Amino acid sequence: MIAHAIIFYFLSTITILSTIMVIASRNTVHSVFFLILDFVSAACLFIMLGAEFVGMILLIVYVGAVAVLFLFVVMMLEGNFEKIKQGFLQYLPIGFFIGIVIFLELIVVIGGWQYKSEFIGTSKIIYNANETNTEQLGKLIYTDFFLPFQISGLVLLVAMIGAILLTFRRRTNMKRQDMVKQSSRERVDSISSVDAEINKGVKIND
Amino acid sequence: MIEITLIHYLFLSAIIFTLGIFGIFVNRKNVIVILMSIELILLSVNINLVAFSVYLQNVTGQIFTLFILTVAAAESAIGLAIIVIFFRNRGSIQVEDINSMKG
Repeated sequence: MIAHAIIFYFLSTITILSTIMVIASRNTVHSVFFLILDFVSAACLFIMLGAEFVGMILLIVYVGAVAVLFLFVVMMLEGNFEKIKQGFLQYLPIGFFIGIVIFLELIVVIGGWQYKSEFIGTSKIIYNANETNTEQLGKLIYTDFFLPFQISGLVLLVAMIGAILLTFRRRTNMKRQDMVKQSSRERVDSISSVDAEINKGVKIND
Repeated sequence: MIEITLIHYLFLSAIIFTLGIFGIFVNRKNVIVILMSIELILLSVNINLVAFSVYLQNVTGQIFTLFILTVAAAESAIGLAIIVIFFRNRGSIQVEDINSMKG
């Protein structure tokens, strides 16, 4: 039990410190790296809780896809990030105030948790301790949550098409292959026979 | 203090949520850090859902975590695409410069 507590405090300390570094570090590339550390330690917390599948998916989706996407965009844009950080102190008081208020509200909600009324078990889903986490999730996703699962796939498709459409641009100074033009080319347009005079050669008009 | 209960995870997620909100206010000029703060807020919600699902022994919370993950990935992809085309058109990603619609 003590080892469990020590591991929890270790991981959550890393999570909180890296969250602070995400919003406080001067270089945006560093904040992306701290975001990756944040997600990795949160995934470790999930695995420690017993939600292995969600932890692994968090690693794959966030660290493997989203964080790399952020890193790619930050390095591609390469803006003047030093100038961006200048207003840091300007918004500090209002941000601090609203942050404290939200935190206190959340603490009140969590503190009121022990005075809650009794739960009425409305869930028909029976928790079976003999099955692994992935098995339980799979059995639920493909039965009760089939429609939301399909819709989330549709959301990803729409996001993919939207991102491609937004960033697509047709360059004008590039020679592209035009299939119709290529295959409708006739012999008459491209080949002509010329009588070449001696010592004068042929004039090529282009 | 020694035994880790649901309350500990709720406190952790409350702290991360607050830091995410704080990050949005503090980094008013950098759109990419604002997007990262939104990701942090979604992560805190995920921690909440997974902790409740484990301690109440109901797997539904973890399924909702998967859906939130999907939506977060889609949102960050679209957001970063918008930032890329904005940078291509204007040559800057400062929030102060994004005022051409005068909204």
